[in-house]
Amino acid sequence: MATLTTPVDVPPASPEKIAPEKPGFPAGRTLAWVFMILVIVGSLFPFYWMLRTALSSNNALYAGSDSLLPVQPSWGGFERVFGLQTGQAAIDAGGAGQPISFWHYLINSVIVSTLTTGGQVFFSAMAAYAFARLQWKHREKVVAFFLAGLMIPTIFTLLPNFVLIKQLGLVDTLLGISLPSMLMTPFAVFFLRQFFLGISREVEEAALVEGASKVRVFFRLILPMSTAPIATLSILTYITSWNDYFWPLMVSYTDRSRVLTVALGVFKSQTPSTGPDWSGLMAATLVAALPMLILFCFFARRIVNSIGFSGIK
Amino acid sequence: MSTITTTKPAKTGAEPTPSPRKRDDTRLALLFILPALIGFLVFMVWPTLRGIYLSFTKFNLLTPPEFNGLDNYVRMVQDPVFWNALKVTLYYVVINIGLQTVLALIIAVLMQRLTKKTWLRGIVLTPYLVSNVVAAMVFLWVLDYQLGIGNKIIDAIGLDRIAFLSSDTWVIPTIALINVWRHVGYTALLIFAGLQTIPETMYEAGRVDGASEIRMFRSITVPLLRPIIALVLIITVVGSFQVFDTVAITTRGGPVDSSRVLQYYIYDVAFGRFQFGYASAMSVALLIVLVVITFIQYRLTRAESSDLS
Repeated sequence: MATLTTPVDVPPASPEKIAPEKPGFPAGRTLAWVFMILVIVGSLFPFYWMLRTALSSNNALYAGSDSLLPVQPSWGGFERVFGLQTGQAAIDAGGAGQPISFWHYLINSVIVSTLTTGGQVFFSAMAAYAFARLQWKHREKVVAFFLAGLMIPTIFTLLPNFVLIKQLGLVDTLLGISLPSMLMTPFAVFFLRQFFLGISREVEEAALVEGASKVRVFFRLILPMSTAPIATLSILTYITSWNDYFWPLMVSYTDRSRVLTVALGVFKSQTPSTGPDWSGLMAATLVAALPMLILFCFFARRIVNSIGFSGIK
Repeated sequence: MSTITTTKPAKTGAEPTPSPRKRDDTRLALLFILPALIGFLVFMVWPTLRGIYLSFTKFNLLTPPEFNGLDNYVRMVQDPVFWNALKVTLYYVVINIGLQTVLALIIAVLMQRLTKKTWLRGIVLTPYLVSNVVAAMVFLWVLDYQLGIGNKIIDAIGLDRIAFLSSDTWVIPTIALINVWRHVGYTALLIFAGLQTIPETMYEAGRVDGASEIRMFRSITVPLLRPIIALVLIITVVGSFQVFDTVAITTRGGPVDSSRVLQYYIYDVAFGRFQFGYASAMSVALLIVLVVITFIQYRLTRAESSDLS
């Protein structure tokens, strides 16, 4: 998802040379803005359409399919998604009538993403510290070994990992979904290692001279000094984990372990194929998307600035 | 889809400076890397080796795998569905990456010229925040043949409705388009970040020499952007080959096999027919394709890396 970064904050370039562009050529600038506005509309319109459809009553969608506002506004879609409607009412509205409760999937998604993020970031930070700061034999060899792990596409490990999770008896459990990415990803390790390498040694040495142990230095000094990259990494990991579909699809079979993405797929396959319950489906889609959109509202700057390269100098 | 591009970060500050306590931390280090090492060995290294091993076996998950030599590979070479899946995947990657890269490049350069404000980059990135599943669901609705607003608009401007996801000519371009919608902002921000690395002094020098802005764009921005684009391609192409989610939600490989991309076929063989051995063999094939592509692109990047040192 993300690429390693030394924060690519926009350099405070002097304003007149921000644009390597013919200065004050209004036609070109206007055209450029028109294009950008199209991009903005294209990016955001589907979200609006999701909301507009979710708030419409499903049966009215057929007649009012080109209305830009919700057609016969109703909470029915959301009620079906959260299991607040009786089976018959749901069928009348064009739904499948099976009881579903997205609360349950929402909670499952929160548990999986939290387990994955917490474990992955913490254990990766420990490893990153050992790689960046501790003196030990074969360190560089182990680093290279981990680095090679970056070359393995995750997708290749999924099938054999499923076999392993099955042997461990963790199929259809939340832990089974989290476990493979709970202990590390090479990306997380190198992301943090790169930051730890940049922390001045003097501070650390001073603490050591005063008799602090290296464990203490890690918890009391290095971690607090690294809250910014740790926060960025955590947010990115959380989003990735929340949006993952393929792996949870393999592991979960029942409601016990279904996360939102998988539940959405199941919900879609249950809806009548002739005359689908679009307002219910869009309500469910919105429920799956909203938490990340809210997260994005809070951390937009951090997320946006985390995207970039480290390698290019 | 995580990527790190390393230009030896190890050398920055890691070299041993004389420490007040020059002791060996081996024990502590072992403790610190233990969880990550277990994760790495158990969930990355072992599955990789096991995946390769399973590709030489007959394995239905219930009984232990039976070694059957090259049978799976022989079957793969003779399997028309496999070759079709490979073809469909390639077709998808070409459309997906082609469209996405061009669009992202335009967006990045325009952002650079118009405004570098975070809000604009935030909006452009928004689709990337939701899952492939969400993107697929929305477009399934927007592009619905009867009721989708997309087809309503096409209707309104007097064209024939398009069966985006149920005609074998449109299905792959449509799936590619859906994924362009989700990923183009991310790609644009990567290129945008790359653009920030071009030193302003180069433009100043150009200006001093009296070069026009267009001239500078052609002779400074474009050549310096090349290695950036190459890096972006390594990241996006490898991701694009792994397309699965969108297909699984929208078409399940149909109509007939026209959107049966390789990863979906692998999933189908493994979880629909419980032929894990054969599925593993195809995974190995995909892995080889990915490694070869990465290697070629990596070589190309290296060849171009002289642009800005």
